[in-house]
Amino acid sequence: MLKTVRSVSIADYAKSGVLILPLLSSRKRKAEERRGKTVRKKGQERLLQGNEAIVEGALRAGCRFFAGYPITPATEISELLSVRLPKVDGTFIQMEDEIASLGAVIGASLAGVKSMTATSGPGFSLMQENLGFACIAEVPCVVVNVMRGGPSTGLPTSPSQSDVMQARWGTHGDHPMIVLCPSTIRECYDLTIKAFNLSEKYRNPVILLVDEVIAHMREKIILDGDKPIDIFTRVKPTVPPEWYIPYEDTPTGIPAMADFGEGYRYHVTGLTHDTRGFPTSRPDEVDAFIRRLFRKISQNFTDMQMGEVFQTEDAEVAVIAYGCVARSAKRAVIDARERGIRAGLLKLNTIWPFMRTQVEKILHTSGCVIVPEMNMGQISREVKRVNKGTAKVFTINKVDGTIITPQEILGKIREVC
Amino acid sequence: MAEVTKLIHKYLRHDKRFPHVWCPGCGIGIMLGALIRAIDRTGFGKDEIVMISGIGCTGRLPVYVDFNTLHTTHGRALTFATGVKLAKPKLKVIVIMGDGDAVAIGGNHFVHAARRNIDVTAVILNNSVYGMTGGQFSPTTPYGMRTTTTMYSNVEQAFKISELAITAGAAFVARGTVYHAKVLDGLFEKAFLKRGFSVVEVISHCHTQYGRLNRMGTAVEMMEWQREHAVTVEKAAQMTGEELRDKFRIGVLVDRELPVFENEYEKIRAIAKGMPTK
Repeated sequence: MLKTVRSVSIADYAKSGVLILPLLSSRKRKAEERRGKTVRKKGQERLLQGNEAIVEGALRAGCRFFAGYPITPATEISELLSVRLPKVDGTFIQMEDEIASLGAVIGASLAGVKSMTATSGPGFSLMQENLGFACIAEVPCVVVNVMRGGPSTGLPTSPSQSDVMQARWGTHGDHPMIVLCPSTIRECYDLTIKAFNLSEKYRNPVILLVDEVIAHMREKIILDGDKPIDIFTRVKPTVPPEWYIPYEDTPTGIPAMADFGEGYRYHVTGLTHDTRGFPTSRPDEVDAFIRRLFRKISQNFTDMQMGEVFQTEDAEVAVIAYGCVARSAKRAVIDARERGIRAGLLKLNTIWPFMRTQVEKILHTSGCVIVPEMNMGQISREVKRVNKGTAKVFTINKVDGTIITPQEILGKIREVC
Repeated sequence: MAEVTKLIHKYLRHDKRFPHVWCPGCGIGIMLGALIRAIDRTGFGKDEIVMISGIGCTGRLPVYVDFNTLHTTHGRALTFATGVKLAKPKLKVIVIMGDGDAVAIGGNHFVHAARRNIDVTAVILNNSVYGMTGGQFSPTTPYGMRTTTTMYSNVEQAFKISELAITAGAAFVARGTVYHAKVLDGLFEKAFLKRGFSVVEVISHCHTQYGRLNRMGTAVEMMEWQREHAVTVEKAAQMTGEELRDKFRIGVLVDRELPVFENEYEKIRAIAKGMPTK
C-alpha cells in the first residue's frame, strides 16, 4: 500500500499526517454525518505524544494484556496502560526484566488475549530470546521498541535509528519479521492497530520501531472514536479437537490458532516441530516448517508493506527515509522544489519486509537517491543491495544523538544535483 | 495395575510421543507418575490444566502429557506461566522445571514469581546436575562433588531451593523425593489445591552423569541414598542440628495464607473502573 501525497505548500506540510477539519455547527455536522463524511467533533481532538497514541491504538486494536519493564524513552506506554488496562478488564503487570515481560506477553497471547510490551534498545536486546520463541511457535504479539542510541546503555535517551537490523535479525536463527515505523503521531496510532492486525493475521510477532523524537513529540490527532475500523483477530479452528492440526501446512501458510483452555489440547514448543506441534528433527519436516514460516510472510508482502510517496513522479533526486528523518526529508523536498530542484520522497512505514519493489521503482525513475538515517547505514545498505547499479545512492549518517535537519538533507540534495 | 493403565490412557499422549527421552532408571518418570496420580485425585479437567516447562531433561516432560502444554525457553517457564494465568485465571497452571532451569538461568523469575505470589504451582526436579548437556555442575551440586565441569571438585555452595522459595514469599513449599513416590502424590495434591504460589521440590538422581562421576552406584543405590538422608518434617523437629547435618527435610515445609496476585489485581480493576478516564 503506497499512499501518494501531492501537496507542495508549506501550509500543507504542516498538516502532514494530521486530519484537520473545520468545526461545524451541530446541524451541519449531522448533515455531513448522514452523507458518511468524517466530521470533526469536540472532544475527539487530542494533543498526543507518540507513546500516548500508541497506547490509544493498542487499546483500540483490542490489546488487553501488557507486561513490561521500565525503560526510557518507552515508559509512558507502561504508565498509561497501567491506568487504562484495568478499566477495560485488561491486565498490566510490571515484570522483573524484559525477558520475563515478553515471556508473559507470549503466555497471555497463547491464552487468547491480544498482548503487547514496550521497551528500548537494552531491553530489546533481552527480548531477543523470547522473540525467537514467538516466531517459531507462531504466537501473535506486538513489541514496541522506542529506539535510543547504542550499543549497550548507549545514549539514554537521545534519538537514534540504530536498531533497524536488530529488529530484523536480532534473534538467532532464520526467521521472518514484520517491522513497522511511524513518522507522525497519526501513524503511531494507525500503525499500532496495523501491528496488532498483522500479528494476529500472520501469527508472527510485529515490532513497532519508533524513534525517541516521534515517541515524545506531540501532535494534534483526531481519534476515530467508535467509527468501525478494520480489526483482525486470529483465525480459530472450526474442526473438532481430535481433527485439529495446530501447525498444519495450509496453502496460506497460516494455521488456525486455538487458545489454551478451549478444548484443543496441543503442544507448543520452541523446538522445531512437526505439523502436530511435537519436536522433530526429520529433515523433510524441518525444511517444510522453516519454509512455511517464510512463505506465510513472503506471499503477502503487499498486505504488510506501507509507505508514502511525495513528489516522486518527476523527481531527479529522491530521498528514502523513515521515522523522524522522513519529516525532515519532506521539508527538504519542499524547500528543494522551491529552489527549482525536482526532488521527491519515499517514506517507508514498513521497514521489514523491505519494500524492494517500491525502492526499485524510485531508483529507476530518479537515478539519484539519498538515504538519510540516524545510524551508520542500515537501510542504505538494503537500498544499495537492490540498486544493482541503476542509480547513484548517497547516504547521510548521523550518530551523534541529534536529529537530521531539513537543512542537512537539502544541502545533500543540492550537492548531488 | 489396571488402575495405572487407566491413568496412562487418560493422561499420556501414549500413541504419539513414546518412547521418551529419559535414561532407564531416571527419576523424572516416577515424578510424572506422581503428577498424573495427583492431578487425577484433584479432579481438574484436562482442558483446565496448562503444563509449562523450560529446557532440559525435566523440560521435556509436558510433551508426553495430554494437557495444554507449553515448552518454553530455558529458565523462562514461570514468565510464560504468569502470562497464561493472568490472561485466563480459570486455568490451573503447573510449571515443571529442573534445578538448573529454576534457580540458575531462571533464578530471578523464580524468586519474583514467589514474591508476587501468583497462583501457579512450580514443580522443581532437583537432581543436582545438568543432565541433558552431559553432567555439568548446577547451582544445587553440593560442595566437593565431581561433575564434567568440576572434574577436580566443586568449590561452590549449593542452593537450597525450598528454603529460597520460603524466603522469597511462596505460599506453599514442600519437598519430596522420587523414592517416597506415594508421599509425593500427596504433596502434589496439596500444592495443586493451594491458592497462591506453591512449590514442590523433588529430590531425584542422575545416575548416568552425576552418579557415575561420584561413584554413587546405580539408580537403585542412589534412591536408597535418598531414603537414608530424607527426614520427615515431624521427625526433624525432634532432632538436633548435629543429627540433621547431612539430612534434608521432606514434607510440607510451609503452608501459609498470603495475598494472591490475581485477587489483588481484581481489586485494582474495581478501583480503576470507579475512576473517570481523562
